[in-house]
Amino acid sequence: MPRSTPETFYEVMRRQGITRRSFLKFCSLTATALGLAPSFAGKIAHAMETKPRTPVIWLHGLECTCCSESFIRSAHPLVSDVVLSMISLDYDDVLMASAGHQAESILSEIKEKYKGNYILAVEGNPPLNQDGMSCIVGGRPFVEQLKEMAADCKAIVSWGSCASWGCVQAARPNPTRATPVDKVILDKPIIKVPGCPPIAEVMTGVLTYMLTFERIPPLDRQGRPAMFYGQRIHDKCYRRPHFDAGQFVESWDDEAARKGYCLYKMGCKGPTTYNACSTVRWNNGVSFPIQSGHGCIGCSEDGFWDKGSFYQHVTNVHAFGIEANADKVGLAAVGVVGAAIGGHAAYSAYTAIKKHPETMENRTDSSAGDQQ
Amino acid sequence: MSTTTEDLLRERRRAGIPKTRRTAVYVYQAPLRVWHWVNALSITVLAITGWFIANPPPSVMGEASDHYVMGYIRFFHFAAAYVFAVGFLFRIYWAFAGNRYAMQLFTLPVWRRSFWRELWHEVRWYAFQEKEPWKYYGHNPLAHLFMVVIITVGGLVMMVTGFALYSEQAGAGSWQDRLFGWVIPLVGQSQDVRLWHHWGMWVIVVFVMLHVYTAIREDVMSRQSLISTMISGWRMFKDDRP
Ligand code: HEM
Ligand code: HEM
Ligand code: SF4
Ligand code: SF4
Repeated sequence: MPRSTPETFYEVMRRQGITRRSFLKFCSLTATALGLAPSFAGKIAHAMETKPRTPVIWLHGLECTCCSESFIRSAHPLVSDVVLSMISLDYDDVLMASAGHQAESILSEIKEKYKGNYILAVEGNPPLNQDGMSCIVGGRPFVEQLKEMAADCKAIVSWGSCASWGCVQAARPNPTRATPVDKVILDKPIIKVPGCPPIAEVMTGVLTYMLTFERIPPLDRQGRPAMFYGQRIHDKCYRRPHFDAGQFVESWDDEAARKGYCLYKMGCKGPTTYNACSTVRWNNGVSFPIQSGHGCIGCSEDGFWDKGSFYQHVTNVHAFGIEANADKVGLAAVGVVGAAIGGHAAYSAYTAIKKHPETMENRTDSSAGDQQ
Repeated sequence: MSTTTEDLLRERRRAGIPKTRRTAVYVYQAPLRVWHWVNALSITVLAITGWFIANPPPSVMGEASDHYVMGYIRFFHFAAAYVFAVGFLFRIYWAFAGNRYAMQLFTLPVWRRSFWRELWHEVRWYAFQEKEPWKYYGHNPLAHLFMVVIITVGGLVMMVTGFALYSEQAGAGSWQDRLFGWVIPLVGQSQDVRLWHHWGMWVIVVFVMLHVYTAIREDVMSRQSLISTMISGWRMFKDDRP
């Protein structure tokens, strides 16, 4: 399927039946989603009209495919259409028409033809135990396909918490040793787009940015695009005034829950989770978990499965094989130390009296003197 | 056990303790004493407000704009945090500017045999195995050990994790973020930083319990003054034996 003469994005879209009007709409929508000035809509349009298309290869490892599911539900159907037409053309074993060896041959073709010039999008992650046998693609361990395709790519996009951090398959005790992409591929720029799944608009936004500007979006310390992961859910949550006021839901069906108070006491992880849910929201911006009355479970954070209950704010730690809540251990320690202090003080007083009986005598009334 | 030069030095030091009854030595200078009580107050405020940040008080009803409960709790936590941090920086300065006892909080003479002997003696004293404790101008070695580990190291951990958490609300590019933002990926993620910060509170609370108890106990039972020393600066000895 790859063409012999390099096409521009715009040509590809037109060929896919997208009108110019829709194309321009897409450009301005994307500029907005990326937090760019309106003037950037024109720049995106210009880039798409003139630049040769950068192919995107979308690999699937150990995963649940929720990232793909999210992606094809991008807010504006247009956005997904456009971006999909840019992507599914090449290789995505879930979305493309071809299958089997025909599909696998596309990979090697692109690898050669666009050497150092294609973007590798990875959904899921490679399991490394048992020689990677827990995830087989085209008869080979996925980790081999990943390494092979990564060798000649320009950059890697790690879709979702699986590719970014490991997610559920890497949760304790991680029997297959599912490993995030950046721990396997060490020599390529990697853009992490965590979330379980990531928000569709975030996914299309990141891809469009990379395809049109031909560079990696500004990343934060942990390799996430700063425009979408720069703030916590808590920083932009519409229930934040209730947090500051001290108005909390105390149980699921109380008056406070009906009034839409803050879910902090129900274990909301908004204060420790970096994602765009509280601004971009989900399903065409209809809602997001907190808006529907459930706390954030921190799905875009590293190891969120292993941080104890989703309904508890002070989380568990795994120390010496036991799971304990910091407050329970802390209170127990205070109790034990308090009792020890009491006992120690009592015994100290006893020894002091034994050592200096006269002290006792001086301090008590005359009847105590008889004991001398 | 053979006598080492350290032992001889210790004997000399002991011999140097004035023999007259009710001798007093000026140990803690005024700035250090002020720091001690300001620091004690800020840690108390930090532990109480910290507890309420993790376990907020019962929900209040009515308009959100009528209340600012969490806002105030957090404000006092951060205000006390800045007092604690500035105090800590001052205390480092004072370690150099003050007298020799001012350095104790930042040095632990683990290389000295006498330190370990005195430490062991102090442990036995608390375990009721010694008739009486030895005398010290500065801290006794057990208190010294705990203070360095919990106030100096523990205080640093609380500040580093605390300012890392602060950087999350101050935002990318803030000075808190530039100075302490690296802590978050180092520890794991935001929730882990919170957890360590939270554990730190319990460690410090237990220390304060022990510290206050031993300060009172030793004031009564040892051969020297303690609490009044941290108020007036003078270490009073109750007897004139070495
Ligand atoms: C949050 C509470 C407290 C903290 C964190 C704390 C911390 C400290 C520290 C770090 C020192 C060493 C000073 C230095 O060498 O720079 C010290 C000494 C001392 N503190 Fe506290 N303190 C607290 C509360 C108290 C209280 C409530 C008392 C009294 C009942 C007390 C009594 C003393 C005494 C007597 C000393 C001197 C020990 C000696 O003479 O060797 N402290 N404290
Ligand atoms: C001895 C010193 C301190 C103690 C005992 C203490 C205690 C605590 C506790 C228990 C929490 C709640 C954690 C949780 O939610 O599980 C907390 C939160 C926090 N502390 Fe501290 N802390 C101390 C020092 C500091 C310092 C020096 C800073 C620096 C600015 C700081 C900044 C914070 C921040 C930003 C939070 C999170 C508040 C929020 O997200 O609402 N703390 N602290
Ligand atoms: S619901 Fe969660 S994210 Fe929103 S203000 Fe409360 S704690 Fe923060
Ligand atoms: S609100 Fe939290 S748990 Fe829910 S999707 Fe967003 S980041 Fe994930």
